[in-house]
Amino acid sequence: MSDLAKLTLADARDQLRAKKISAVELTQTHILAIEKSRGLNAFVAETPLKALEMARAADAHIASGNAGPLEGLPLGIKDLYATEGVHTQACSHILDGFKPNYESTVTSHLWRDGAVMLGKLNMDEFAMGSSNETSFYGPVASPWLPPNWTEEQGRQALAGDKKGLLVPGGSSGGSASAVAARLCLGATASDTGGSIRQPAAFTGTVGIKPTYGRCSRWGMVAFASSLDQAGPITRTVRDSAIMLRSMAGYDSKDSTSVDLPVPDYEQAIGTSIKGMKIGIPREYRVDGMSDEIEALWQKGIDWLRDAGAEIVDITLPHTKTALPAYYIVAPAEASSNLARYDGVRYGLRVLGRDIADMYEKTRAKGFGKEVRRRIMIGTYVLSAGYYDAYYLRAQKVRTLIKRDFDRVYADGIDAILTPATPSAAFGIGEKAGADPIEMYLNDIFTVTVNMAGLPGIAVPGGLSNEGLPLGLQLIGRPFDEGTLFSIAEVIERAAGRIKLPEIWWA
Amino acid sequence: MSVDQKTVRRIARLARIAVTDEEVPHLQNELNAILAFVAELDGVEVAGIEPLTSVIPMKLPMRRDEVTDHAGADVVVANAPATENHFFTVPKVVE
Repeated sequence: MSDLAKLTLADARDQLRAKKISAVELTQTHILAIEKSRGLNAFVAETPLKALEMARAADAHIASGNAGPLEGLPLGIKDLYATEGVHTQACSHILDGFKPNYESTVTSHLWRDGAVMLGKLNMDEFAMGSSNETSFYGPVASPWLPPNWTEEQGRQALAGDKKGLLVPGGSSGGSASAVAARLCLGATASDTGGSIRQPAAFTGTVGIKPTYGRCSRWGMVAFASSLDQAGPITRTVRDSAIMLRSMAGYDSKDSTSVDLPVPDYEQAIGTSIKGMKIGIPREYRVDGMSDEIEALWQKGIDWLRDAGAEIVDITLPHTKTALPAYYIVAPAEASSNLARYDGVRYGLRVLGRDIADMYEKTRAKGFGKEVRRRIMIGTYVLSAGYYDAYYLRAQKVRTLIKRDFDRVYADGIDAILTPATPSAAFGIGEKAGADPIEMYLNDIFTVTVNMAGLPGIAVPGGLSNEGLPLGLQLIGRPFDEGTLFSIAEVIERAAGRIKLPEIWWA
Repeated sequence: MSVDQKTVRRIARLARIAVTDEEVPHLQNELNAILAFVAELDGVEVAGIEPLTSVIPMKLPMRRDEVTDHAGADVVVANAPATENHFFTVPKVVE
């Protein structure tokens, strides 16, 4: 891989503008890296011809002085964003062959600003998963080698069933793996319960889930509409700030999109955090928390204190209720959203003896195990006689979760610091056991943020004892992503930018 | 609360997902594990609490009731597994 692929998104932008490099050569470098790295299974569709065409147009714009904020920067797109004429299946079998004739609002913002599309990225089916193992297209491997593995062992596993290699997290596993492996300068991702922040933490990358309503959901394959938000995964905090600015913005086609101006988030980078009040919620010190996660959190506290922030102990009493409430609200909304996949208008159709039989057979074959399970839970909690006991109760609990945050922000807290995940990345196949709850616990620190609609960013804080990346999470006030970028960059600087693995997989 | 096998079949029917006899006991176990997990909420005091309907306080915007996009019938049915003369076709519903 040439050094061009090692550039950050911000560096690449600056070198393109200075005409030190061209968008075409930058794009070619990434196309080659993707071809050589197919073993990781990060991309499910490559669009090299489209990428080169977009790169040539970008070079022309740069030459004529009309460069957009992302002009010529090659990006990967999570498979749940509708991209006109290009593979869009949310990595589900049921959307076989689906090529939309429209473009999602978020991706159209990226192309408006000059970005180049390299292809579509692997993900958990319909974003339901925390390890990218539920994808119809197979699991994604992290570019981080498991502790004590040789490169040769890694290559052999990549060529085989990938068992034992590390998961990149999920659901945005393809995005995180591709960014960490330098297959793209940045990637779009999406987050319903932690699907941007957990994979970012597992791969030593940066990911932000903005405030609900900040990015338009139009053209994103829906999972749980009251929780879903778009966001980027990148290698640095600055890169996330640059990408989010382009992705965000009001859209009349999404009735929950918020009509507020989008700040130039990059301006927040390097701003002093002196005097800011950082809340440390005691409820996040969960039973059985490992010493290294505890130590990471303490390091984060020390870094922010050293930078002049005031550390304040806070309480968010309903934290524990967030995950169970999420596993009512999210499946309920999913069962409704996924009712549209019936074998009539798009995707897979399995013939049956009558129309109901066709629906049932199509959905049994087209949905994977985890998706079927969540649709059934959702159907149950919304069914007659159970709605009040489950769904209505969960929505009331959600009010309590949100009030916890409202109260600490009213008391003057600027942001909240927590670990991003309860552990470092685990192995592919390691949590394939019978109990789905074990996998759900991955999102224990991230899911509260979606339930309250708040912005949250994951930033690398260091390495575990075994040498794997660990992430810290910052939770902000509604629409105050700028403050999160300022604080996250302080952590990034103090922790020292994480050294991503050298290439062993290509 | 927990579900029996009859309820599993009823939910599958409501969700329009075919299940085989062998799948039912597995699904029953998995669904009951999830229901036991979410039962933690039973202990939360929610009397007098309004359910959250929108995380961001905003009014649902209104727009004119008019056609905003009309790409044409070819485009609408382009991804369908079976069509005839710009119609989606399905197995016979009415005898």
